[in-house]
Amino acid sequence: MLKTSDSSSRCTPGRGVRSDRIWSACRSLSGLLVVVCASAQPSVGFPPPPYDGSRAPQVALIDRHMHQAWRQSDLEPSPAASDRKWCRRVHLDVIGRIPTVAELNAFLDDRSADKKARLVAKLLGETDERYAGEYASHWATVWTNILIGRTGGTGDDSLTSRAGMHTYLREQFRRNAPYDRLVRELITATGATRPQDEGFNGATNFLVTKLADDAVQATAKTAQIFLGLQVQCTQCHNHPFNDWKQNQFWELNAFFRQARALRRFEGGNRAVSAELIDQDFAGESNEPAEADVFFEMRNGLVKVAYPAFVDGTSLVDLHGAELGNSGYVSDVNRRQELGKLLIESRWLDKAIVNRMWAHFLGYGFTKPPDDMGPHNPPSHPELLDALGSEFRASGFDLKQLIRWIALSEPYALASRTTRHNESDDPTIGARPQFSRFYLRPMQAEQLYESLLVATRADRVDSETSEAQIETRRRWLSQFTRAFGTDDGGETTTFNGTIPQTLMMMNGELVRKATELEPGNLLYDVLSNSKMSDREQIEHLYLAALSRPPTRDEIGQANKLVALRGGNRAEALADVFWALLNSNEFILIH
Amino acid sequence: MTRFSTPSGMTRRHFLSHLAGASAMAVPALTFAQSLADNAAELKRNHKSAILLWMGGGPSTIDMWDMKPGAPTGGPFRPINTSGDVQICEHLPQVAQQMHHLAVIRSMSTREADHDRGRYYMHTGYVPNPNVEHPSYGAVIAREMEEQVPELDVPPFVSVGGASEGPGFLGMAYAPFTVDSNGRIQNLQTDVAPRRLYERMQMLASLEKRFIGENRGSLATDHAKVLDKTLALLTSQQMQAFRVNQEPQAARDRYGDSAFGRGCLMARRLVEQGVPFVEVDLGGWDNHSNVHNTLRDKLPEVDQATSALIADLDQRGLLQHTVVIWMGEFGRTPRINGNAGRDHWARSWSAVVGGGTIRGGQAIGQTSADGSRVESEPFAAQDLMASVCRAMGISLDTTYTSKDGRPMKIANGGKVIEELFA
Repeated sequence: MLKTSDSSSRCTPGRGVRSDRIWSACRSLSGLLVVVCASAQPSVGFPPPPYDGSRAPQVALIDRHMHQAWRQSDLEPSPAASDRKWCRRVHLDVIGRIPTVAELNAFLDDRSADKKARLVAKLLGETDERYAGEYASHWATVWTNILIGRTGGTGDDSLTSRAGMHTYLREQFRRNAPYDRLVRELITATGATRPQDEGFNGATNFLVTKLADDAVQATAKTAQIFLGLQVQCTQCHNHPFNDWKQNQFWELNAFFRQARALRRFEGGNRAVSAELIDQDFAGESNEPAEADVFFEMRNGLVKVAYPAFVDGTSLVDLHGAELGNSGYVSDVNRRQELGKLLIESRWLDKAIVNRMWAHFLGYGFTKPPDDMGPHNPPSHPELLDALGSEFRASGFDLKQLIRWIALSEPYALASRTTRHNESDDPTIGARPQFSRFYLRPMQAEQLYESLLVATRADRVDSETSEAQIETRRRWLSQFTRAFGTDDGGETTTFNGTIPQTLMMMNGELVRKATELEPGNLLYDVLSNSKMSDREQIEHLYLAALSRPPTRDEIGQANKLVALRGGNRAEALADVFWALLNSNEFILIH
Repeated sequence: MTRFSTPSGMTRRHFLSHLAGASAMAVPALTFAQSLADNAAELKRNHKSAILLWMGGGPSTIDMWDMKPGAPTGGPFRPINTSGDVQICEHLPQVAQQMHHLAVIRSMSTREADHDRGRYYMHTGYVPNPNVEHPSYGAVIAREMEEQVPELDVPPFVSVGGASEGPGFLGMAYAPFTVDSNGRIQNLQTDVAPRRLYERMQMLASLEKRFIGENRGSLATDHAKVLDKTLALLTSQQMQAFRVNQEPQAARDRYGDSAFGRGCLMARRLVEQGVPFVEVDLGGWDNHSNVHNTLRDKLPEVDQATSALIADLDQRGLLQHTVVIWMGEFGRTPRINGNAGRDHWARSWSAVVGGGTIRGGQAIGQTSADGSRVESEPFAAQDLMASVCRAMGISLDTTYTSKDGRPMKIANGGKVIEELFA
């Protein structure tokens, strides 16, 4: 079925560059590029508000809608979270890790009225080049997981290049590519999947392994990820409880049928990579001028489908009866057409707004956020609609969307429940009203990066960056598993489980962090003669929990020191161990 | 690995009850004290357990348990006679010798033909609902049976391979403990001296307590509970049950040198240890193409491990206390597609159960000549679940309260498949 091509001549051994090397190359490259942007930084004395987003009308829009909803459901929001807590959560959500002690203190010391907007702008890489790379890396990781899952491209025989996907996305986020363009590129991409291959286009990795079995997965994932519509069940039958019909699935599917993944082989018969192309599609009746798709209804009846978008717009509507259903790429490039239709659809902006909202607030306006069909109406339909329009009007600017949400009132609320909002508890099945910040566990990637920030455990070994990437990959992979099903299903055993707890209690990373080794944070703190005993304890608390210890906690730590006969190093290692293992460290609050 | 002994000047019981008491968790200190059984008396053998052999991806049951030889949908395999009153696939000859213990339900008929939804539905008896997370088999049975085994340190729900569904509203205390089939449990070893670990735990307990006290929601409390359970594992001899390589070579050979074989062997060891629920995962059933060639390679592994498990449980007198369930999220289309494969099919398929009070050796229900319709009373996920509860002596009147206060009947009020017990 898949056309194969022997491309070993194109992939000579000398050319095979390790993908992680490319990664590090990109990292330094992006650093350079951002320096250029950062030179546009405003000079002191002129607080120019391109980044004073706190007064942006979109922030006010969110707050207005939220207040209205709180009034209607008789809720009083929790008070605002402290600056420390807000600073911690915004670091975790925007760049994927907790703040360092220095970053935390800088924020707390900032006396300006728009300090929150300044911090967001900094983390977005707009005013401080150092963060541009972190921002891009974090979101590339988030979107790699969305587009190909946590296990995509990790198997030996996968045609997906995880590094290729990440490299591509990193570049998009670094440039703050408009979301519509990003989506269009992912849908229409052609080229090679791996960074080391000629004609590399990392965007191809989204679709390359989803085209098998008549592109069923390409269809289902495109609808789910970009439109928030779960249509996978309609592959076989009309949906039992929503409006999607089986023919709609196959009409959407027909857009992908010119796409082909050509396997590339190297030194043997195992395919190692792939190239995504568009090819004339003859249709199942073998008439390229009217290239059709068959599907079988439950009653055994076979029907025919031609390309039409979920709103019913067909390519015949757009290009006339002559060309509309042609399978010839020179007549109509079906994926290009789909890209345009996707971008025009209101589902697209609502779906990304919902996804982003869930990223920052823990829950979307629908649960799950990528299932927004008519059977699952959103909790705040007007706000969702309005934010979607604003996002569209902003030119699909993801950084703007992040800024609006991060600077909104619901995002700034404390996570404590009060007497006046006890009923607002999604963990017991209530519809989220966002009257407080819901506790949620760090994702595996956030936990890993946060552990490194809090402990500098990675400074202990003089590992190369390649080795560090490999260490990170191994650490993350211990918690994920693919089901091996056609929908790319996978599971994680990460959140709140015994294996996770064992990993924190006894694992390598925390062990390295709590041993006195030159380079790690514990060593630096203990050997810092400028710090008093008390300041040392304080520093450990700030590094792990972004807060100073209470008086009791200082007392407890000192007691432990006494108990150890004055072996401060050992006692403080134990304090640090407890901090890293605590719910307060591992949860976002 | 360092096995730690009690810190000097403290009994082991004292040590752990201290930890439990300090950590402000829902598990009472008493449970801890009771569970410290370095040299606990051998567990009583009359606890009830269940083993779910999960066939992820949706196995082609028409080629295994409900064969249609001669029909255009029948495929190339031949049926063979068994030790029970039922015929099964020629590629399951060893299971055939155990069929007097097993019952085939040929009239499973469900509506969820998507992997995620089907997996959820078959594990919980409920269709997915955005507002409630339902507990899976493992969580329900762990919860109902854990009182029988108060000495158990090993988590009451073990998932070998990790494809199971979670505890839903029953909470993280009933979450699956996921291990790989080699029984290696990562990070179980500690080189920290017991006295020092104790002090660390005290420090940690007060941090946990403070944060929980700030009223930020159930995740904070859940973390503390899991911490307690983890601690119990660190100190328990029972963890040996995971070590399949301690089993004599002959026994390992009987189960076969495969991940699934080791998983089944581990399941038997865990059940012997008192674990109420073990799920063993075998994937690779999503055979949209080339289904029969795939099965020809795959079935011998299934045959060997499954038959060894049943025979072993029987020989050890465990089978009457242990219910075994063999199923996936759905079956596969009777029609063989253009790629010589079969696609997802939920409308008519088979599951296999045995052990407990189930009468083996029979096939229940009937499908049409081409296998595409159930022609007898159809059974759904909740009916199967209710039957498993019955076979284990769990009352079907058991009702839980979901987190939002709604009463939820065990097994979604499913109807017991009476023929299983006739």
